[in-house]
Amino acid sequence: MADARTPAAHPSRNWARVRRAGLPYLLLLPAVVFELLVHVVPMLTGIYMSFKHLTEFFIRNWSAAPAAGVDNYRFALDFNNAVGKQLLESFWTTCEFTVLTVGLSWLLGTGAAVLMQDPFRGRGLLRTYFLVPYALPAYTAAITWEFMFQRDTGLVNTLLVHDLHLFKTAPFWLIGGNSFWALLITAVWRTWPFAFLVVTAGLQNIPGDLYEAAALDGAGMWRRLRSITLPQLRSVNQVLVLVLFLWNFNDFNTPYTLFGNVPPPQANLISVQIYDTSFQNWNFGSGSAMSVLLLLFLLVVTAVYLLLTNWRRRSSDA
Amino acid sequence: MRVSRPALLTLAVATALLASACSSSGGSGGTGSSGSAAGTTLTYWASDQGGSIAQDVKVLTPELDAFTKQTGIKVKLEVIGWNDLLNRILAAASSGQGPDLVNIGNTWSASLQATGAFLPISDDVMKQINGTGRFLPGALAATGAPGQPPVGVPIYSMAYGLYYNKAMFQAAGITQPPTTWDDFVADGKKLTKAGQWGVSVEGAQTPENAHHAFTFAKQMGGSFYDSSGKPTFDTPQNVAGIKRYVDFMAADKIANPSDAEYSNGTEAVKDFATGKSAMLLWQSADATLAQYGMNPSQYGVAPVPFDAASPSGPNHVDSIVAGINLSIFANTKHKDAAISFMKFMTSQQTQMDLNKAYSSLPSVSDAYGDPAFQTQTVKTLQSVLANSAAPMPAVATESQFETVIGAVVQNLFADAASGKPVTDASIAAQLDQAQQKLQAGG
Repeated sequence: MADARTPAAHPSRNWARVRRAGLPYLLLLPAVVFELLVHVVPMLTGIYMSFKHLTEFFIRNWSAAPAAGVDNYRFALDFNNAVGKQLLESFWTTCEFTVLTVGLSWLLGTGAAVLMQDPFRGRGLLRTYFLVPYALPAYTAAITWEFMFQRDTGLVNTLLVHDLHLFKTAPFWLIGGNSFWALLITAVWRTWPFAFLVVTAGLQNIPGDLYEAAALDGAGMWRRLRSITLPQLRSVNQVLVLVLFLWNFNDFNTPYTLFGNVPPPQANLISVQIYDTSFQNWNFGSGSAMSVLLLLFLLVVTAVYLLLTNWRRRSSDA
Repeated sequence: MRVSRPALLTLAVATALLASACSSSGGSGGTGSSGSAAGTTLTYWASDQGGSIAQDVKVLTPELDAFTKQTGIKVKLEVIGWNDLLNRILAAASSGQGPDLVNIGNTWSASLQATGAFLPISDDVMKQINGTGRFLPGALAATGAPGQPPVGVPIYSMAYGLYYNKAMFQAAGITQPPTTWDDFVADGKKLTKAGQWGVSVEGAQTPENAHHAFTFAKQMGGSFYDSSGKPTFDTPQNVAGIKRYVDFMAADKIANPSDAEYSNGTEAVKDFATGKSAMLLWQSADATLAQYGMNPSQYGVAPVPFDAASPSGPNHVDSIVAGINLSIFANTKHKDAAISFMKFMTSQQTQMDLNKAYSSLPSVSDAYGDPAFQTQTVKTLQSVLANSAAPMPAVATESQFETVIGAVVQNLFADAASGKPVTDASIAAQLDQAQQKLQAGG
């Protein structure tokens, strides 16, 4: 260390400086340790696993698993093979699902937040009520939707078929093409309250005099929304959309609870696909490789998104 | 002075790594057997045999108490549902943190054997549990790959049977349960009318689907593995077998399309018990049927039909060798206590008590003296198990096989339910994909 080479003339002063400089790190240490334990170590383990042929023969002793090189990656990206093809299909399904979920959640959340902006009787109650889906545990919420979507006994078909007579024969919601919409509805129902919460918080920071000035200038509600509310919410929205995207792209609870371990092909999200590879086919190596690929993809998307939005903000601010 | 910053950071990282290394090495502790077993506590994961976890706890607790009284060994019981059991076992195997004993579906034996997670039942252990020569040969065949020491002992044996509603048969003018599939379909059509279907199937449940695919294909002379253990999914015989099963819904229209959604392993039984379907292909359903309020006098049990009137040779299969095995985790710290528990669970009295409660068949021959096992139902299923049941493929990829084939049948039922045609070509294509996935797993 550099300290050893400094002249020994002022050891006490040096020590004091070390102590002063070191204290913040010491205080950070617990946080760093936990961050490593919770995030970095499992992630590194996952990356390590992705370069191993880790199948049922080795789960008792991981270190004995033979090295795989990039075999697991080549296998996951071989789109002529059934597994690669399915991974690609589920990737597109997930993209579609995520874009729709984020879009609808944002729209509902922002709409509700804006409508709740002006005080009225019962506003607090309604705001709390809107947050219920977000407060419910994921499993409870999804299993309730699963009951509602059942063909013979579900609430959805009771309403659509028996009460409203919209269909002659009861449609399926948990299998076939409709399963995608069932998944989407459940996911939007679960995530829009978060958008609502964040946008509501963001709205509190918009100075009221902006609206007053705009009202004096004769700006209508729509104009105020477009010219004041949305631009003022930009930084909030930037984070909100990113978080919603990451959550939904990775969502495992909702599809797994709705459909069990074999989701219909039309609603096969990538996280369940990776789970199947790892835990049903007992191939933890290629499951990890898929996870690493997913991680890389999300990193790239996040980086590009942040660069783009920051650049646009800076250029519009300038 | 700046140099000390990275140094401190390095120290932090090193500490963290050390901490994590210590915590992860905790699992690989000693596995030596304890001297005196009395006073130890065993952890036992039981499978859900009674239709609900509460029911299982009710059935097992008095037996476990009797064991504690006999030996002084306490048993901590956890009953685990079928959807979680395999994952829990896998997690226990990979972390080294698990129970001492566990129930497994006997079809998983070869797969779990390959992990090395279970204690091999050597001749010596077999002697210690007093088991030599007592187990039914058929049940013992489903305890691992041939030529290797088994990784468990059978405790409950089961076989598939055709359950039929007597009153509905009488109302439709059917005097005899069908013995061929042609008769089965013809009867099914007679039994299908408003609010009632010929047969109910658990169309989205992986193991049920895989078992039926296996048996139906077998009857057509099909096989999902060749003699060297290589998968051979996409054969005309396998396609024909699976088609016959899915056609109950797709072509014959004797099964409710809603059955394509049934996934939790009880819905088809419930439909049968509550008079929504007249027939059911199931293994040892009595206990579950009773739970849904069906009286044993209301239904009959016959062997599952065959392709032709009197088949012979390798096609003479109408059930899998179904059942539950008890295995000891290789990591156990209480090996002696675990072995004495295994001895207790396979003893004559316990076998009688538990198999009576679960309406399954004892896996040891000396337990059949009890009058409870002299009924017509038991005799039918016992004869199926002895004469026409085949074990599921004893290969290391068996559990993957169940998963991928179960998914194939589930997808085909989904197609049938939504009116899409189910053809030889569509089945073959699905089987081909499934086989690619299976080979990729290994």
